[in-house]
Amino acid sequence: MVNSPEDQKYQLFTRRAGLISAGMLVLTSGLIGRMYFLQVVGQDQYKLLADKNRISLRLLAPERGKILDRNGHSLAINRTDYRVNIIPEQADNVEETLEALNKFLPITERQKKRILRATRRQRAFLPVTVAENLDWETFARVNINIPDLPGIQPDMGITRYYPEKDLLAHIVGYVSSVNEREIGEDPLLELPGFKIGKNGMERILDIRLRGKAGNSRVEVNVMGRVIRELSRNDSVSGDTLNLTIDRDIQKFTADRVRDESAAVVVMDVHTGEILALTSTPAFDPNDFNLGISQKKYDVLLNDARKPLVNKTVQGEYPPGSTFKMIVALAALEAGIIKSDEKIFCNSKYQIGNSTKYCWKRKGHGHVNMVEAIAGSCDVYFYEVAGRVGIDKIHEMAARFGLGKKFGIDIPGERNGLNPSKGWKMATRGLRWQGGDTANVGIGQGDVLVTPLQLCVMTSRMVNGGKAVSPSILLSEKDSIAAVPEVIPYNRQNMKIILDGMDAVINKPIGVAYAQRMIKKDMSFGGKTGSAQVRRISKSERDKRVLKNEEKPWIERDHALFVGFGPLENPRYAISVIVEHGGGGAKKAAPIAKDVLEFMFTKDKV
Amino acid sequence: MGTKLQGRRRSKSLFQKLSELNLLIIVVVIMIAGVGFALLYSVAGGAVDPWAKKQVIRFVLGMVGMVVIAMVDIRVWMFLAYPFYFLSLMMLVVVSITGQTGMGATRWIDLGFMNLQPSELMKIALIMALARYYHCLAKEETGQYMRLIMPIFLIGAPVILVLFQPDLGTALLIIIGGISILFCGGVRLWLFVIGFIAMIPAAFGAWNYMKLYQQKRVLTFLNPERDPLGAGYHSIQAKIAVGSGGVYGKGFVQGSQSQLNFLPEKHTDFIFTVLAEEFGLLGGLGLLGLYIILMGYALIISMSVRSQFGRLLSFGIAVTFFLYMFINIAMNLGMVPVVGVPLPLVSYGGSAMLTLLGGIGLVLCVAIHRDTTISRGGAFA
Repeated sequence: MVNSPEDQKYQLFTRRAGLISAGMLVLTSGLIGRMYFLQVVGQDQYKLLADKNRISLRLLAPERGKILDRNGHSLAINRTDYRVNIIPEQADNVEETLEALNKFLPITERQKKRILRATRRQRAFLPVTVAENLDWETFARVNINIPDLPGIQPDMGITRYYPEKDLLAHIVGYVSSVNEREIGEDPLLELPGFKIGKNGMERILDIRLRGKAGNSRVEVNVMGRVIRELSRNDSVSGDTLNLTIDRDIQKFTADRVRDESAAVVVMDVHTGEILALTSTPAFDPNDFNLGISQKKYDVLLNDARKPLVNKTVQGEYPPGSTFKMIVALAALEAGIIKSDEKIFCNSKYQIGNSTKYCWKRKGHGHVNMVEAIAGSCDVYFYEVAGRVGIDKIHEMAARFGLGKKFGIDIPGERNGLNPSKGWKMATRGLRWQGGDTANVGIGQGDVLVTPLQLCVMTSRMVNGGKAVSPSILLSEKDSIAAVPEVIPYNRQNMKIILDGMDAVINKPIGVAYAQRMIKKDMSFGGKTGSAQVRRISKSERDKRVLKNEEKPWIERDHALFVGFGPLENPRYAISVIVEHGGGGAKKAAPIAKDVLEFMFTKDKV
Repeated sequence: MGTKLQGRRRSKSLFQKLSELNLLIIVVVIMIAGVGFALLYSVAGGAVDPWAKKQVIRFVLGMVGMVVIAMVDIRVWMFLAYPFYFLSLMMLVVVSITGQTGMGATRWIDLGFMNLQPSELMKIALIMALARYYHCLAKEETGQYMRLIMPIFLIGAPVILVLFQPDLGTALLIIIGGISILFCGGVRLWLFVIGFIAMIPAAFGAWNYMKLYQQKRVLTFLNPERDPLGAGYHSIQAKIAVGSGGVYGKGFVQGSQSQLNFLPEKHTDFIFTVLAEEFGLLGGLGLLGLYIILMGYALIISMSVRSQFGRLLSFGIAVTFFLYMFINIAMNLGMVPVVGVPLPLVSYGGSAMLTLLGGIGLVLCVAIHRDTTISRGGAFA
């Protein structure tokens, strides 16, 4: 059959249209293949990318644990404050934004530098703190002008606050911003405005106080705005720490020595719980918390009375006459002297070819042990120390906690120094001399103690010999306190020592008789001490020994006192050191008396 | 001959024509548009405003127009082919001179109630004009070179105007759609081979002519990671959306990429990514299936029609429809550079919707009049 031209046109069309249809089919298969490749082969990878787009993990900062005193009074708490952050990513130009912000909230060059450094260091979507602790008006002003401040994010945060200001600065310490070296594996430390403990208990118990970070998985849109929360792990607040400190006693003590450079430790003799631990002058930890100015810091640093040092555990002082009980007990235990044996004091004591002196120019005359303690006779103790020897004294001092730190939860604790023959040979390469023993006999020479050690020593003397250790954290209710071992000494011997300490205060022969308690049902005992800061030279002694008041402050003796109360069944021990305060009886004993009286009154209520 | 006798029957009545409308195709069209409504509802965060409601209204109007077009005698359309082409060309000229500028391109005439894109009308007008031209040529004439001058002018004039806008996607659609009709109309095969070879230097010429953003798009297509936050962002985010949809999808209004605005142009050119993300591979295949039914119908019609005009018209519309679909989906899947081509009947937009429904109306018209013979001489001969 011959096809007509129209039929030929039709056939040509059908052929070619079929060809193109086939081509379209192939291309469509290509689409299906591509869809299979993306949605079946690649789906896991793309799902991950989609989630990366939409999900953002945000850390939730835990609330820092509070620090309370033994009665639940707040010592370190958290307060809401107003702050302003900048998110570098959202600011077109950080510097310009800060410039604009300056109109509402003054920013110093120093702050600006710090912010710019921080923005360079961390990821651009993390906020950097610009200013904290703003008053409401400034905060409101910034909020109103937000449209003109790209990248600025007003925020309400939590700031550590120390309501008692300088009262417990040395114990509680302070928190401050994390510096670059401290950033470790805990991602919390990278959170803007996060603070960690830099001193005191805040530092050494930082991990316990810090708590655990929570997190919140949030869905964000393309602008990074949070659309909704997908899941949340709440943060775990840090532990609340209950201190053994009694805020009221601490406050009374601190007020009592506010104008001195002093250290006072008050302790429960049976448990070792520290009731007050005062070191003056102190500082306001709130200053550090907010970032202290260099000027203010320099003032603290250059103060001769060293406000930054916690003298109760970091200060090492010669114990002076407060050491005499150790010597006396060592002698009685060694049996080299009877308590009623009298030794004659004419104010001079010859040892080898050097002469040592008693503090009392006229001498004490014939004194037994109780009298020697009461009158703090130096000659008696030169003699007794010489008889008993350094080894026994060293051993006894160690039993009462001298020369070694206790490992208390306060930073900077020092060992003090409980000298021995071996120590001298090891450190100075010299043999121990009789003169060394005589010096140690009156608590001078090489022996050094901290006020905390003196207080523990006193506790162990008056509590029946329990070797209590000091504690600053109130132990959890159900934890069984380790029973302290008992120091093996003869009760009769200790009674003689305590009689001597009684006599110091309550007998007319006592050096601190003036400080006895007049009030009914109140009594205390103790021992004064005056620690020579500077050796008195022969020529000076020949002329005239200057009275403390006549010397420059820095050369005056340290005034010491250790005490306990009440006399019957003692409950409290106290140690007082007033740096360059002069005589222990005049300067330190009255402080101890006032503090103990305050505590007795408090107990009665 | 029997076939000729059948073709000489009286014209059908309106009722007859209505009853011959292919219901399956109408249902398929409604289903495709329905997918569009659902997706526009979804990308609005689960709301009929601002897109879904308007789209439904346009669709309903378009459907009425589609049926009306199908009812009209095919010879009327053939008669109107050149005037319609001329009108569209004039509108393109007007747009080039005074049209509204949006997105760096001049494309619209503001009709008050909608923005009309003459380039959309031109796609249909060109097919009609070319179909008429080849209908009127004798078999021997189709192969003559002199007979190529007219079609090249018919294709070339709107392409140049569209390129001036500049709208590369539409220009491509017009060229490929036009050439496919030339191909099926009977132009010599080897001319296409030569033409294809000539494309290569032309492509370089086009590169120099392209605007910076278009060059960027091509470069970005070749390597999207080149600039992941800039020009490559759309490509990458679209791929993530499609891929993360997996086989079953994330669920209606549950697509994180679209709901959280990671997707660009998600209500227009990138709406397929929303479908792929929320309904997965199955959703994508389903829509593709509907398109294949629609195009397959147009192709089958084109091969069973008595008049060359009807064949070429139906075929041209099928090809145009395919080009829309293929270029858009390929772009959504990151297979071709980003060019402004909507997903037919689904993307938000009035002009394309009207064009496509009008085109389908013509296919239905061809189907109803498949036995009508038309002399080479003219429309009502």
